[in-house]
Amino acid sequence: MADNIQLLIDAPLLIVQLLLDGILIGAIFAVAAYGMALVWGVMNVINIVQGEYVMLGGFIAYQMTLWNLNPFLGVPVAALVLFVLGIGVYYAIIRRVVDKDMFISLLATFGLSILMQQLMNQIWGSQVRTAQSGLSTWFLFDYQVTVSQVKIVAFVGALLIGLLLILFLKRTRLGQAIRATAQNPRAARVLGIDTDRVFAATYGINAALCGAAGAFVVMAYSVHPYTGLPYTVRSFMIVIVAGLGNLPAVILAGLGLGASETMAGFILGVQFQVAFVFCLLVVILVFRNTMLGRKRRYLK
Amino acid sequence: MNGRKQTVLALVIAVTALALPFLAPDYRAQIALLWVMVLFAMTWDILGGQTGYNSFGNVVFFGIGMYASAVVQRDSGLSYFVALFLGMGLGGLIAVAVAAVLGSMVLRMRGHYFAIATLGLGIAAAELAAGWDYIGAGSGMTTPLFPGAPGNQYLFFCYLFFGLSAVVFCLLAWLYRTRFGLALNAIRDNEDKAEAMGLRTGLYKTAAWMIAAFFLGLTGGAVGNLLRFVDPRDTAFAGATYGVWMVLMAILGGKGTLWGPVLGAVIFHVTQELLWTHLLGWQRVALGLIIVAIVVFFPQGLLGWARERWPERFGHKVEAS
Repeated sequence: MADNIQLLIDAPLLIVQLLLDGILIGAIFAVAAYGMALVWGVMNVINIVQGEYVMLGGFIAYQMTLWNLNPFLGVPVAALVLFVLGIGVYYAIIRRVVDKDMFISLLATFGLSILMQQLMNQIWGSQVRTAQSGLSTWFLFDYQVTVSQVKIVAFVGALLIGLLLILFLKRTRLGQAIRATAQNPRAARVLGIDTDRVFAATYGINAALCGAAGAFVVMAYSVHPYTGLPYTVRSFMIVIVAGLGNLPAVILAGLGLGASETMAGFILGVQFQVAFVFCLLVVILVFRNTMLGRKRRYLK
Repeated sequence: MNGRKQTVLALVIAVTALALPFLAPDYRAQIALLWVMVLFAMTWDILGGQTGYNSFGNVVFFGIGMYASAVVQRDSGLSYFVALFLGMGLGGLIAVAVAAVLGSMVLRMRGHYFAIATLGLGIAAAELAAGWDYIGAGSGMTTPLFPGAPGNQYLFFCYLFFGLSAVVFCLLAWLYRTRFGLALNAIRDNEDKAEAMGLRTGLYKTAAWMIAAFFLGLTGGAVGNLLRFVDPRDTAFAGATYGVWMVLMAILGGKGTLWGPVLGAVIFHVTQELLWTHLLGWQRVALGLIIVAIVVFFPQGLLGWARERWPERFGHKVEAS
């Protein structure tokens, strides 16, 4: 560990490299996090299966390359497939737990995540998969910092998706209905909004966001059937830090998480990177709760 | 059920349990695991059912016990049984200490935040153990061979885990009747009111978690020797199997009741042993489906459902309508 810190001091450009990598992946975290915030804010459900949707999106894009198609095609295709899947899951399961105690929906989505993990394992096998995008790599600072173009594309794509989502929520009728339901579902129902359909659409959009994020993940990084849960936890952390329904804060928190995670992964060693994510989750929760506790309140 | 009937039932179960390893000698390993499952469900229910704090992270204490016992057996150079019991005891104590420290931090959160924080704790523990060379890192540890015939090994563990379950059951039966148990239920029903009545809710919650941690630590210490190996992600801190099973078994039987977790554990374990071998590679799909089905259609559990159906049998007075 001390060696790694010394290395960073000796070669400051390495810090630039790590921060760049972190920020680029952070935007993808932010997309999944915004989906989680949407479902949480509108339906009061914490969707544990989030990370598995991301992985599934990745596997769909990977499947595209197996069929000799461009993996970038996977972004819209994964979003579409997951939108349909999300709506199906909503009508089959989420709909029955949405008005119950939050622990029930937590456990139900956790069950779904276990189910999907092994289903993906059965379909695509337990190897780590990546999709070759065919883009090359830029070298900066005299070949000391490398940036693969696909990461830049993923970063820009993630920001574009965020922008589209804001426009959708602000401008369209469905977007308005979603925001109205988030504010007060009962009043929305009184005013003639079919909240059941709004919930279905929200859940579908969340799944689609995860799918698109996953398609970027498989091109820029890699996917594996059993590594979904870290993505869920990252989304959850970002939402806790940024709050519900604040997109710029979600993006900032996502970038910050990506950067700090990459730094920690380098300093502590890659085998501790996932441990860092989960420890950070606990630390953030305890910290938030302690700060609220000073005002005689608590996280609830 | 009144007190006397319960005692008779408990005695019948105890006699059956004592005879079971001889009635079905081929299934001794599974019977030993059955009592482990009962222990899982009962200890989970102390905080999950009685206090209303649903933990996904109790498996941390189990894993701590497993590793503590394995390390003692590896490094102490004592004979098998001395090292085993010393390791179990040490595991239990470390688990209690960890529960006290973690509890004072995470138990201040309410509801689902607590659930997610403990989910994080469970996986963080697994990842940390998988990176720590002293305890074998990712490849885990093996535990020493049981002295004597292999059949006796399972017989020993059958009775060890049954004894432990019986102790925990009697302890909980007594505990839930005391002021302590009432305080836990008060916290579950309305924590703000309980606090306003002057209960030190933080102490009660942490104490409840520490009790669960102690017995999970003991259990873990022995399970390492039953399974013969300790793996950070698949046995010790197995959040996706043991960690979820605990919750599921307690809910299936009926959380917040004394007998519910026992019933749920027995049903779950027997079903699992009957079905699992036919579902090679699809176990988790089946588990996921079971979780969803139980949670969606049966959230009160068997005893919760029975209590609603026949309230007078559970000692509730029913007004004739």
